[in-house]
Amino acid sequence: MQVKTSTQKMYFSNILLGLFLSFISLNVFANEPVAAHDSASHDTAAHATAPAAQEAKTEKFDPGKLILHHIADEHDWHFFTIGHFHATLPLPCIVYTESAGLQVFSSSNFKNEHHEEIAYNGFVLEHGKIHAENGEKVYDFSITKNVASLLLSAVLLLSIFIGIGKKYKENPHRAPKGLQSLFEPIIIFVRDEIAKNNIGEKHYRRFMPYLLTIFFFIWFNNMLGLIPGGANLTGNIAVTLVLAIIAFFVTNFNGRSTYWTHIFAMPGVPKWMLVILTPVEIVGIFMKPFSLMVRLFANITAGHIILLSLVSLIFIFENAALGLAVVPFSLFMNVIELIVAFIQAFIFTMLVSTYIGAAVEEHHH
Amino acid sequence: MELITPDFGLIFWQLIVFGILFFLLAKFAWKPIIQSLAEREQSIDEAIKLSETTRAEMAELKAGNEQLIASARAERDALIKQAKEASDAMISQAKLDAQTAANQEIEKARVAFEQEKASAVAAIRKEAATLSLDLAEKVLKSQLKDKAAQEKLVTEWMADVKLS
Repeated sequence: MQVKTSTQKMYFSNILLGLFLSFISLNVFANEPVAAHDSASHDTAAHATAPAAQEAKTEKFDPGKLILHHIADEHDWHFFTIGHFHATLPLPCIVYTESAGLQVFSSSNFKNEHHEEIAYNGFVLEHGKIHAENGEKVYDFSITKNVASLLLSAVLLLSIFIGIGKKYKENPHRAPKGLQSLFEPIIIFVRDEIAKNNIGEKHYRRFMPYLLTIFFFIWFNNMLGLIPGGANLTGNIAVTLVLAIIAFFVTNFNGRSTYWTHIFAMPGVPKWMLVILTPVEIVGIFMKPFSLMVRLFANITAGHIILLSLVSLIFIFENAALGLAVVPFSLFMNVIELIVAFIQAFIFTMLVSTYIGAAVEEHHH
Repeated sequence: MELITPDFGLIFWQLIVFGILFFLLAKFAWKPIIQSLAEREQSIDEAIKLSETTRAEMAELKAGNEQLIASARAERDALIKQAKEASDAMISQAKLDAQTAANQEIEKARVAFEQEKASAVAAIRKEAATLSLDLAEKVLKSQLKDKAAQEKLVTEWMADVKLS
């Protein structure tokens, strides 16, 4: 990072300007993080090449490493780097080991004044993971970039929807106003098109809080992830895993006799067929949430990878003119990702409600 | 591989944060929102239904009113007709009565007139008789100065009496 070639610097400023303008037109609310993201990506690009550049200035830029670094979690929230200035938000590390017990310290302790990685208090940060120097197992409860983003989104969701909820409580029969009128059609969409259609008039109301929560949680986090500098939360397998596990429990705890009969003794099927069918159905119970987990994770991560790959093209070919093609295309992809953010939230909620619908379905043969 | 290895810490935080988020949103956001949406829809539904029934009632009322007006009008016409007939009858009756009364009066007057006339004629006759007697007396007195003339006259009269 410390060393930058003059050509790199020149490219950097040109591309920064181009991307900055394109992103400004894309996201009105992302003025500041916009710059952050561009710088972040270039910088990490530079970052990735810099240590190499120290050794041998001809070594190639590694886009794979850059992209994986960007879609992975980290222990501090890095926005951008300009020269020797690192705009990084240190986050609290919370680690537990059997010998040292629970320890809380800032992630900035892992860097010295030259921005080099150092050990702290018997812990080292390697590839974004905290390890104990003595090889002990470390239980890492740190507030990582993703956890911080998760908390941020929770605060955002709570403040928006509790605020809206209050307005509804105050005058339930009034026409909606402001934020209320922005979200009311979406809430009604989730209720009528997702819940009512798939679960049925009789049971849908019970699941509305859960469905609305997952819908808005996924949608908001998908969009927060698109803000340059934002965390790739819904593209993280741990997050989608938890969402899928919750969906699994909600579905199966609400399973009626019809649901279980369909799994263990599919009606209208010859007895000997059940030998094949029942195992398939049992696998299906677990495959459904598993597909939920993979679908969301893969879609969001893929979107991030595409955007980062497009930007990386400029660095791979070391040609600023390529920005003329790449910038409009990444702008286009970013808009697509905004749509995908909604669609994935919709699909996740939709599929969960079809699973619930199958579980609570009454006997109708 | 690291990409698809879930982080223990993130699972932990995601479970906790999502759980709290669900609880708070369900209690303070979704419950009032869903409830008031349902209430609002129901009230709109009811209002629409009410307006429909009101409209139907209004139409019914209007039809009733028209019927009422028509029947009132018919009744009024009948009353007027009846009254006219009655008044016509009364007028003709009065005319008839007046006629009879007038005829009676005329008859009475005529009878009275006849009587008056008869009595007047009688009176005149009497007067004439008296006059003629007086005249006759005077004539006789003048003629009966001689005896012959008296006798001649008596015989004449006697002849007359026989004749009449």
